[in-house]
Amino acid sequence: MATASVAKSRNSKKPGRFGVYGGRYVPETLMAALEELERAYEKAKKDRKFQQRLQHLLRTYVGRPTPLTFAGRLTQKLGGAKIYLKREDLLHTGAHKINNCIGQALLVERMGKTRVIAETGAGQHGVATATVCALFGFECVVYMGTEDMRRQELNVFRMRLLGAEVRGVDSGSKTLKDAINEAMRDWVTNVRTTHYLLGSVLGAHPYPTMVRDFHKIIGQEAKAQLRKAEGKLPTAIIACVGGGSNSIGIFHEFIKDKKVQLIGVEAGGRGEKLGEHAARFRGGSPGVLQGTHSYVLQDDHGQIALTHSVSAGLDYPSIGPEHAWLHDINRAEYVPASDAEALAATSLLARTEGIIPALESAHAVAEAIKRAPKMRKSEILLVNVSGRGDKDIGIMRENLKLDGK
Amino acid sequence: MPLSFAKKPSLVAYVTCGDPDLATTRDIILAAIRAGAAVIELGVPFSDPLADGPVIQRASERALRHHTSLEDVIALAREIRRQSDVGLIIFSYLNPLVRMGLGKFAAAAKEAGVDGVLATDLPVEEAEEYLAEMRKHGLATIFLAAPTSTDTRLKLIARASTGFVYVVSRTGVTGERQQMPQDAKSVVQRLRKYTKLPIAVGFGISTAEHTAAVSQYADAAVVGSAIVHTIERNPGKEAESVAKFINQLLAVGP
Repeated sequence: MATASVAKSRNSKKPGRFGVYGGRYVPETLMAALEELERAYEKAKKDRKFQQRLQHLLRTYVGRPTPLTFAGRLTQKLGGAKIYLKREDLLHTGAHKINNCIGQALLVERMGKTRVIAETGAGQHGVATATVCALFGFECVVYMGTEDMRRQELNVFRMRLLGAEVRGVDSGSKTLKDAINEAMRDWVTNVRTTHYLLGSVLGAHPYPTMVRDFHKIIGQEAKAQLRKAEGKLPTAIIACVGGGSNSIGIFHEFIKDKKVQLIGVEAGGRGEKLGEHAARFRGGSPGVLQGTHSYVLQDDHGQIALTHSVSAGLDYPSIGPEHAWLHDINRAEYVPASDAEALAATSLLARTEGIIPALESAHAVAEAIKRAPKMRKSEILLVNVSGRGDKDIGIMRENLKLDGK
Repeated sequence: MPLSFAKKPSLVAYVTCGDPDLATTRDIILAAIRAGAAVIELGVPFSDPLADGPVIQRASERALRHHTSLEDVIALAREIRRQSDVGLIIFSYLNPLVRMGLGKFAAAAKEAGVDGVLATDLPVEEAEEYLAEMRKHGLATIFLAAPTSTDTRLKLIARASTGFVYVVSRTGVTGERQQMPQDAKSVVQRLRKYTKLPIAVGFGISTAEHTAAVSQYADAAVVGSAIVHTIERNPGKEAESVAKFINQLLAVGP
């Protein structure tokens, strides 16, 4: 297959570009809003008051810093590397998503907009968005695929309880990708009054950079916490990758520490055929989807493929452009974990550590289970538990046959 | 033939290729040309048409059910070109073009007799390589200008455009509207400062009154969803229904 390209030149110095990936591929109507957002963000980044407010809210509302937990019983059971868990599952609303939502909410306030829209897959970003909208007094509309509404019913109710309007999206695969399309359609219509609070390191510039910046605190904290606990860097860091916000959040601080292996875990779903998984680096190729140039699961004619994952949050045909770049320069490695492996990892973590991870995060745990036994006892594996599993109890109950113990 | 809008009102007619099938699309286009369309926009169906309203979304789904591809659209252009010298534009989301390869696409489209290309989700800033490839093969590059475009952006759009400039009449997705928005006229006026190219106005145009109103200040009206909707509502007599509809659109002169 020919390498598809829209930007051959090595313009990685250009803002919003990660090597050849990233950029800003949207209808003209949205360009002015993206420029406005970029300016507002650049200004806020350098504004000490903005940063102070952000830090204050992260500490007093969101629940940062999150703990770093040594997973002693899991480590013992696997018999290899020492496993540490970064506990984003303990944040308010139950996942890392709130880090970004708080940051963007402060920007919305600065830009003087009053209406916020968002897309959501697993519902965690939707809940986090509904939460900050309640906190700041913004009108909130969340788009969600009807398939995801069915499998993440609890989160739909939480969003409504928080005062958000949840609009079901019935097109395509009725999942995250379709919810983003519909959110983009709303945004292009109401762009003058509305901010699109995008929930991952996806979409047009400045989103991939801005959302990463709001999440990089995960890696910064983990590095300091690990230094205190072990006095050294981890051998490897493992995180699940849907769009890639929690993974880039924990990776970013370590990118320059070349010895630290960065491992992203994609949804291997239920098979290797196109349509059966969401592993963009297995069968995907460079393309343009929903504002950004990155790896995309697509057919030979450039039509976007359907995807499958037991976890709604990983069920997406493209991946953040910075991950595409980290992949191509071999700085990060991307591996799949299947639905079954993620479910098995969920019960193992629950029974060894008393932590029920979100099915998304369970993909990262699954990779740790494969890798730890092959590593030396002196080595350290840092696993990002990006969210908790309460929202997935229904799916777990359907899929896990408990042995009655 | 170069893109020309001699008549007033001039009509640019959009169809989603392969809806309901390619043979019918060909008949619809030939009927539209006979009814007086000056330029045909050959819409390439895409799985994720995020700039389109429900009518064109449904048309894309129908076309993709039997896997209508960019290759098919180029082949259709070649067939039309054998029978007509009407202006032919390929109207697509970027990904199918990138997937084929911009150079390969441009060569094939030119060879088939296509006059120009519009990529919905490609703003001028990201168009460097695209412009180089399209220019190399002598294809016109049509860009969108929007009510939200600043003057700085309009200047860039004017500079990158050849053939004509497509002014989006309002913020929003494609689709029919009762009333023509006021936004369009002021964008056209602002844009005129930066270009001598013809200007077409589209999004929401669905009646003879709309086309007549647009022809007062612009060179052409683009009609898309209203034509696609006519196709959807008239199974089995798509071509004649579209011809009739276009006759109505062009009936009221200024």
